[in-house]
Amino acid sequence: MAPPSKRRPGHSRRAQYGIFTGYVVAGIGALLGAVLLGLSLWRPASFNGPRTVAIDAVAPAGQVSATVRTSGQGLIDSVRGFYRAGSQNAQLKREMELARIRLAEAEAVAQENKRLKALFGLRDTNVEPVVVSRIVGSSASSTRRFAYLGAGSSRGVIAGMPVRGPRGVVGRVLEVGRNSSRLLLLTDSQSVLPVRRAQDDVVALAEGRGDGLLRIRLINLGINPLKVGDVFVTSGAGGYYRPGVAVAVVSELTNDGALARIISDPAATDFVSVDPIWQPDAITGAATPIAEQLSE
Amino acid sequence: MRTNYRGTARRDEFGSRIDRRHSRALAIGIPSLSILLTSLLPMLFVASAVPLIPPLGLMTLIGWRLIRPGIMPVWAGFPLGLWSDLFSGYPFGSAILLWSMAMLVIEALETRFPWLGFVQDWLTATLILSTYLLFAAVLSGAVVSVPLLQAILPQLLLSVLLFPIVSRMIARLDRLRLMRFRKF
Repeated sequence: MAPPSKRRPGHSRRAQYGIFTGYVVAGIGALLGAVLLGLSLWRPASFNGPRTVAIDAVAPAGQVSATVRTSGQGLIDSVRGFYRAGSQNAQLKREMELARIRLAEAEAVAQENKRLKALFGLRDTNVEPVVVSRIVGSSASSTRRFAYLGAGSSRGVIAGMPVRGPRGVVGRVLEVGRNSSRLLLLTDSQSVLPVRRAQDDVVALAEGRGDGLLRIRLINLGINPLKVGDVFVTSGAGGYYRPGVAVAVVSELTNDGALARIISDPAATDFVSVDPIWQPDAITGAATPIAEQLSE
Repeated sequence: MRTNYRGTARRDEFGSRIDRRHSRALAIGIPSLSILLTSLLPMLFVASAVPLIPPLGLMTLIGWRLIRPGIMPVWAGFPLGLWSDLFSGYPFGSAILLWSMAMLVIEALETRFPWLGFVQDWLTATLILSTYLLFAAVLSGAVVSVPLLQAILPQLLLSVLLFPIVSRMIARLDRLRLMRFRKF
């Protein structure tokens, strides 16, 4: 049954004006929203202040939910492991043997590396992470891929720093609050990362597609040399990420490159480490206008 | 999903009618509080590589608006959207605009189709959720491409299928909202 219309509340002027004012306020609200949206699309950093304060306030709850989430995943994994124990055991034994051989080979390579580095007088630059923290949340319902980290400027995090999980690159710090910071994940459609193929020097750009895959675009055009299963690592170009950190595995070939799956899926990552910017000089150099450089 | 509140002169679903009153704080606070909380929830679930969790805040807002027309003012999209924008990961202003528009659209639809029924509510919610997800993606500052729009489909499907459950939960909250308490 159709209810009586709320638009005609009777003869009360007050009620009629109240309804009218409601519509006017709603219209003004929508207009204001449109203006704010335009402003934040034009200058994405416009509203960082209130947002970081808000995320700072919620971060402790995120820490709790992250702990619960990780232990939940652990429980599911152990139940699954129990059902597949036999076949998995055999498979693991085979892999273990192979891994031992590879390990011996790697030791040999490391030795040789050390000798050669000594020969050239290079120092081993071991990067100490700025901070190790949990991913406390993410923009799981938005088309943009952001994650929130439970550490901020109070622990030395600065915008631009690369973030690494135990398996590989996760993303980059975008904005920093006091006790939390926002990361741009690799799969966001605004994220571009210079990479190279692990075994040789095929350089490319890894762009996020927004659907969980990365698009590998080769810089040198020509015959596509990629194969399914190729691993891409950071190349160090741009100066943010240090070279040689795993990024993605090629899963499908395209005309100008490939589609790749990220190695360090943020959903499976618990703790991440924030590294210092690899070459800060290169970044300030790139940001300085040429005229200013010449005048000095 | 409008509940038929049965009752006698002495008692109804919300408790005894004698010497008991609705709590003003609950009656006003529960709808807004539930929307504020559900706007926050998607952030805490999982750090997925694709958008997956439905826009729970908007679904709760639509739910309250459709189940209990009249308790959410038309302009509620502005303050609630502002809160959601702080956490959702969309650019600031996106939810303010789209939630306000959603409230106005529901108002217009209700004038055009004034009948009551859950199927109609569900259709309204489906229309609003699909338009919202599409426009929010286009206005999110992401590079709009076919794969990006395809990635929304699972989220949309999940949102539409979850709406009846959200409605049920809101109906439960509505009972709590109108619970009667003894005056001290």
